[in-house]
Amino acid sequence: MSVSFPFSAIAGQGEMKLAILISAVDPALGGVLVFGDRGTGKSTAVRALAALLPAMRAVEGCRFGCDPAAIAAACEDCRKRRGQGPLKWRRIPVPVVDLPLGATEDRVVGALDLERALTNGVKAFEPGLLARANRGFLYIDEVNLLEDHLVDLLIDVAASGENVVEREGLSVRHPARFVLIGSGNPEEGELRPQLLDRFGLSVEVKTPQDIKTRIEVVRRRDHFDRDPAGFAAKWRGEDRKISKQVALGQKRLASIEIPDGVLETAARLCTILGVDGLRGELTMMRAARALASLEGDEVVTGQHLRKIAAPALRHRLRRNPLDESGSTVRIERAVAEVFGE
Amino acid sequence: MNEPQDGIACSACWDDALLAAALFAVDPAGAAGIVLRCRAGPARDLWLQALRGLLPDPTPLRRIPINIADSRLLGGLDLTASLRAGKPVADRGVLVESNGGVVYLSMTERMSAAVAGRIANVLDTGIVAMERDGLTLRSDVRLGIVALDEGIEENERCPDALSDRLAFLVDLSGDLTVASGPPAYDACAVAAARRLLPKVALGDEALHALCVGASALGVASLRAPLLAVRAARASAALRGRNEVVEEDVVVAARLVLAPRAMALPSSEREAPDASPPEAPQAEESEGAKQESFQDDDREIHADASLDEIVLEAAAAAIPAGLLTQLQLAGEAAIRTKATGKSGALKGSGLRGRPAGARCGKPGGAVRLNLVETLRAAAPWQKMRRMDGGREIETTTARRIIIRPEDFRVTRYKQRTETLTIFAVDASGSSALNRLAEAKGAVELLLADCYVRRDQVAVLAFRGAGPTLLLAPTRSLARAKRSLAGLPGGGGTPLAGGIDAALKLAEDARRKGQTPIIVLLTDGAANIARDGRPGRAKAQDDALGSARFARSRGFTMLLVDTAPRPQPFAQRLAADMKARYLALPSADPVVLSGAVRSAAAR
Repeated sequence: MSVSFPFSAIAGQGEMKLAILISAVDPALGGVLVFGDRGTGKSTAVRALAALLPAMRAVEGCRFGCDPAAIAAACEDCRKRRGQGPLKWRRIPVPVVDLPLGATEDRVVGALDLERALTNGVKAFEPGLLARANRGFLYIDEVNLLEDHLVDLLIDVAASGENVVEREGLSVRHPARFVLIGSGNPEEGELRPQLLDRFGLSVEVKTPQDIKTRIEVVRRRDHFDRDPAGFAAKWRGEDRKISKQVALGQKRLASIEIPDGVLETAARLCTILGVDGLRGELTMMRAARALASLEGDEVVTGQHLRKIAAPALRHRLRRNPLDESGSTVRIERAVAEVFGE
Repeated sequence: MNEPQDGIACSACWDDALLAAALFAVDPAGAAGIVLRCRAGPARDLWLQALRGLLPDPTPLRRIPINIADSRLLGGLDLTASLRAGKPVADRGVLVESNGGVVYLSMTERMSAAVAGRIANVLDTGIVAMERDGLTLRSDVRLGIVALDEGIEENERCPDALSDRLAFLVDLSGDLTVASGPPAYDACAVAAARRLLPKVALGDEALHALCVGASALGVASLRAPLLAVRAARASAALRGRNEVVEEDVVVAARLVLAPRAMALPSSEREAPDASPPEAPQAEESEGAKQESFQDDDREIHADASLDEIVLEAAAAAIPAGLLTQLQLAGEAAIRTKATGKSGALKGSGLRGRPAGARCGKPGGAVRLNLVETLRAAAPWQKMRRMDGGREIETTTARRIIIRPEDFRVTRYKQRTETLTIFAVDASGSSALNRLAEAKGAVELLLADCYVRRDQVAVLAFRGAGPTLLLAPTRSLARAKRSLAGLPGGGGTPLAGGIDAALKLAEDARRKGQTPIIVLLTDGAANIARDGRPGRAKAQDDALGSARFARSRGFTMLLVDTAPRPQPFAQRLAADMKARYLALPSADPVVLSGAVRSAAAR
């Protein structure tokens, strides 16, 4: 893996890019599901994300990249070491881990270390992809093709933030808090509602119809294919700008204010749309806050809410078999109603 | 695209197929590959032989069978080598072994979405990422793919996830005149072109023309113009030029864009994405286009802009019967959506295709997979002997120690079952007749659905609204009982009937079944959705329901039971994207046959 396509060079697809950046600003939001047409740069955008993320602090020598500042959420080992004195840390890049199709369960959850087991006869735990993704991102391309038993596993871990391994005589638990990013083509099949629910935001991508954008997409991709390094260098400045924006957004997040009026509006929107449970409102609030933070605003406004209403609620609507319009249209209608247009 | 054509066009087809092979050979990884739609036979063999002749000598060529396991496709633990070495040894998998070469995929029309997805992923990233059997390995891989597609039916084809990423779609399934003259290019020319390729420049005009061309042909995916750009470069390199000229752009449009066309640029049926203002309107008759294809494009259209030339070249390469085929293809696409759920295979005890192994205890309906169990046990042998104690050492020194956690059982997959929903118009005088037909067809279908494990439901609509006569069932006895006393007569609430059938279908889909809707009606709607009489409103509502039905992408069959085929029924079928069948005096045998063939597609 040499150079990946720069994030800033992705033409169009504003909603997808925004959703990914918002989830980077607030990892607690629960990730992004990107569903849509073929060849729209879904996986390109996610794979480009790694280059944008500001480095994070991690405990030196910890296999799970525990945060030295949040010891309560750290792994057993780190907590034990913390009791003996201050922990050493270093800066590491935020992991963006690809969960490839065809991965076996043992590599996802972790398993007995084969090498050491065979050569020394030692029972040791070898962390899997979930451990590697801790505090970072876990990306599943073609998420609707993922094997059922892996889906079950992910649903469980994503909800609890902890990976419990009970296999091959091992009994291990370690933190596994990651932002789940999935992409896929709806024609390959639908997602289980339980998995759908784990994603904070859901984005629909469509092939751009406007000929100028289409030409630009092809031109940039062609340029990149022929000269990856040169192309990446050309966009480095733009990428850096976005990277800074994300870093600032993360820093400001805690101090963003949400007025009661905005909360009320969010609740009204959810009621009109008949969204089940509180998750919808909660996600909307968080996403609006992350958006405000990303855009450098100090107070969340109705405008922020409007912008994130569709990605936050789209996958939470109950399907009505006799309603011809899609979720997006229904949300737009509700937004228009709430904001009085 | 497999209409038999006249001899000249066919030899042109063959020439294009060879040209595609040459362009692919110049840049296998860039073009990503070819879908070769052609049944096994001399034409295919000849083409493959030609391709082999074009590839430079040490190019690895591998054939991947349809049933390849992940452990061979992506790699995994090499069992025998690991046992011999006493430490884990990775098997790198076919894709990695073929790095820098060409891979043939057999029978891609039967390929599962899962395998296609894995290969597509490798094409996208250029990496084979193996996270299997306790091993992690990432290998850079560049390869070209020849996807062999032996499909006959329109919707029996190479998975979209794959064909979308492969540059050339070559169709040799028609009657072909296979020219046996000396090939236009040889391996030397290809080798020279490969050296030249990195230097080939492509101007803005060419890029513009290919993008506009793709849009005007209704090709939505942006991979198509990108692949066309690469093909144009390969074409220039093959002809020894370091710059893409008009001829190369035309070749790319013909070989890459035309086979993906979803609309004719000049046709009244607008491309799904309304052609952009810049797109030229090629207002020429079909014949003129065919002619321009035969002649040198440049001479005839000396004044035309490159955009127009591209469009015409592409349009000329689209076979004449395209529009009807487009309809079929559209139907196929929608049906694919409908069967998207049937891609979600149901795990079942012993039926279906084996689909890998998982941990589990054998017994009951679960079968032990011996090889996988041994594979799981193999790496631990040394360790188990160490902590297993002396008695194992002495008694089973030469045996393999297997523990319960090693047990692997075979997983099977099975297509989800089908639910056939009969929505029967029970209004008016001919109702009894129609219901009798439906009843007969239901009984016939049920008779063989024990084998296919499918279900049937019957809905009748008359007067105020629809009634569910037979809830989804597999039981022949129940069907006979509930269909025995059928009421008939009254008005025709067509919209209500369609809605009720859709609701039933939607429920079935949610349960993981594949619904098929069979609508028996003469189309004479006269009761609106709200239950009030009135022909105009009733027809409007029926069409609305039909359009919604189409958006849901179910497989549907509309059986026109009127004595003479009714235009409104035909329109209804068209709006529903349902297959239309005029069956004035249908007998149950014909009807059940039609349903069965609809289900089989």
